Amino acid sequence: MPSILMPALSPTMEEGKLSKWLKKIGDSIKSGDVLAEIETDKATMEVEAVDEGILTAIMVPEGTENVKVNTAIAVIGEADAAPAPKAAAVEAPTVAPVAAPAIVRAPAAADPEIPEGTEMVTMTVREAIRAGMSEEMRRDKDVFLMGEEVGEYQGAYKISQGMLEEFGPNRVIDTPITEHGFTGIATGAAFAGLRPIVEFMTFNFAMQAIDHIINSAAKTLYMSGGQMGCPIVFRGPNGAAARVGAQHSQDYAAWYSQIPGLKVVMPYSAADAKGLMKSAIRDPNPVIFLENEILYGKSFEVPKLDDWIVPIGKARVARVGTHVTIVSFGIGMTYSLAAADKLAAEGIEAEVIDLRTIRPMDLATVIESVKKTNRCVAVEEGYPQFSVTSEIAAQVMTYAFDYLDAPVARVAGKDVPMPYAANLEKLALPNADEVVAAVKGVLYV
Amino acid sequence: MAVKSAYIARKETKSQKAEREALRNSGFTSEEELRAYKDMLLIRRFEEKAGQLYGMGSIGGFCHLYIGQEAVVVGMQMAVKEGDQLITSYRDHGHMLACGMDAKGVMAELTGRRDGYSRGKGGSMHMFSREKQFFGGHGIVGAQVPLGAGLAFANKYRGNDHVSLTYFGDGAANQGQVYETFNIASVWGLPVIFIIENNRYAMGTAAPRSTAKPDYLGARGEAFGIPSEQVDGMDVRAVKEAGDRAVEHCRAGQGPYILEMMTYRYRGHSMSDPAKYRAKEEVQKMREEHDPIEQVKARILKANIASEDDLKKIDADIRVVVTQAADFAIASPEPDFSELYTDIYKTA
Repeated sequence: MPSILMPALSPTMEEGKLSKWLKKIGDSIKSGDVLAEIETDKATMEVEAVDEGILTAIMVPEGTENVKVNTAIAVIGEADAAPAPKAAAVEAPTVAPVAAPAIVRAPAAADPEIPEGTEMVTMTVREAIRAGMSEEMRRDKDVFLMGEEVGEYQGAYKISQGMLEEFGPNRVIDTPITEHGFTGIATGAAFAGLRPIVEFMTFNFAMQAIDHIINSAAKTLYMSGGQMGCPIVFRGPNGAAARVGAQHSQDYAAWYSQIPGLKVVMPYSAADAKGLMKSAIRDPNPVIFLENEILYGKSFEVPKLDDWIVPIGKARVARVGTHVTIVSFGIGMTYSLAAADKLAAEGIEAEVIDLRTIRPMDLATVIESVKKTNRCVAVEEGYPQFSVTSEIAAQVMTYAFDYLDAPVARVAGKDVPMPYAANLEKLALPNADEVVAAVKGVLYV
Repeated sequence: MAVKSAYIARKETKSQKAEREALRNSGFTSEEELRAYKDMLLIRRFEEKAGQLYGMGSIGGFCHLYIGQEAVVVGMQMAVKEGDQLITSYRDHGHMLACGMDAKGVMAELTGRRDGYSRGKGGSMHMFSREKQFFGGHGIVGAQVPLGAGLAFANKYRGNDHVSLTYFGDGAANQGQVYETFNIASVWGLPVIFIIENNRYAMGTAAPRSTAKPDYLGARGEAFGIPSEQVDGMDVRAVKEAGDRAVEHCRAGQGPYILEMMTYRYRGHSMSDPAKYRAKEEVQKMREEHDPIEQVKARILKANIASEDDLKKIDADIRVVVTQAADFAIASPEPDFSELYTDIYKTA
């Protein structure tokens, strides 16, 4: 008897809510019938039957949250088979009681930016970005959001969910799928003094608009002798998601960070995502705000403050240590913090620095740490050549050469277009073990 | 501009009076004829001087002259009101002068000096004036088109009735971003006038060699539901008249409008263009038969709005303005070395 499994609705989905059953036990099912509605943090989707027969069992009752992908949720039996006892199926769900979502806690150094005694709330990165944008839109009527599917669709990645309802179609603006054109229009609106937030469905598509980001947005202040200005935020998911292949899996941190006139931020935690988003919107310059699809659903603690701001250009010591400095940013922090845990188990105390902003880079924090640890490993997911980590290596060599007991080591994505096959994709991306190996390399252990 | 009005009332014959009244009925007053004449002549003389300074090595890099096309921007400026925005390509000196930017500041930018509009850091192709609502001066072909629609977006967002004049050439008219912009401007009803300055050559490529259906580029708006007109861009009256219609359409909230201005540049694409791609006779014919300034001049004389001597006086005054601008631009010091690192980021 074919089991119906909880489907993955996107490459990055790990679990979802079974919001509604549209068929009941005993119903005859034809292929193409809608069986149920599944909701993730990104979208609501219908589950269609592939097999034909009688719905003989429902293992996951409607309303159940956090149902893991590939969990059996129902059974379709032969048309002439007797229905399974209804009560038994419903009362004996095979799903474990719903657990609270895992909270990713950066083993924290005390954050000087958070006043003592501040209440913390748990929030996903997705919610944090949305909260940052919404707070700024409430504060300043010149701020608006435009991009593909930001409005009625509620955001391709649900970042802008509910914002159309709150701010209306004049401020949450759906665009055609024409990045070059709408990015130029947003840049022109910023020249005129408005404060656009441009959402790219992913930064891969921003390559179609890169002329306006660089030649129009970044350079005009300089070319006008300071007369003009372009207060604009370009944001969206950046870097590899999962199994979407080469054209949808590239990290642009190094590309944009090369350009004078741009600021580039790439938060890891929800608190930084919210605080940096607010800073980016208030900044009078063009800011590239690089998000990550895999981090969108991760939960972190965010200070409950009326106006939580994280300044652009300030790194954070995410973990204090003495033996080695690991410098990373964005999703690279996932590998770096996991590596630090593994290393700690072996008695190696890594100091982990989250750059948060790539340009302007807070080198002082990095150099200060390296002077203490004398060893440095830089970690990123992007390509290794002409990368953010190669810049870090060059800067550390220039400003802390005499303090180094080993050459700076780098862990980066492999120098290949992203493959689709699951095993090759995994190979192409960095991981915690590579960071551990790099740390042991600079420690000569 | 700093040239004084040279209009002097004088006795006129019956036929002169009739001509003048016919002129007024056609929508152009004597004052407008004189304004057009002076504004176009200032551009002509300024560009001639810029060409001269380029030849002397005082102006570097690229320098794209507007000679021959003066009626387009001057006519359009007569159709707009204060606060309307203007944005164009790198062939931008005429637009800056027409919207009232100071000839000295423009010329000093051409020479790369600290008194230039961009303090010497922009050059011929990159100048701006917030005060005059001039948003550049853009060096990437076609880039100013979505930017101009963005200025219009800001007008609509703020609920004012201003209009964005967005200029681009026949070469840029083949750019993909132009059509992305037409589409969005139409869907969103943006108050933008797309002004195609069709001077028949995209750099050195004649329109029929690069452009499908080159006879009427404005018609490309049809696919997007944008009304268009093809205008004799050598006749400042025709430009102004079409400009009035387009401006009215935009101010009334009816969305974008396209004006294709049929015009001609006498000089090369830039100063370094040997112009091998067209016959000298073609240029000569345009100069002799369609020159925008000569057309106005002939009407002024015929209708006795001003005398030959009056016009000579205007020319002399303009030459003084231009010579002073050139002297200023050469005397102004180069930017201080410290300017290398300023204006990269704005502080809040």
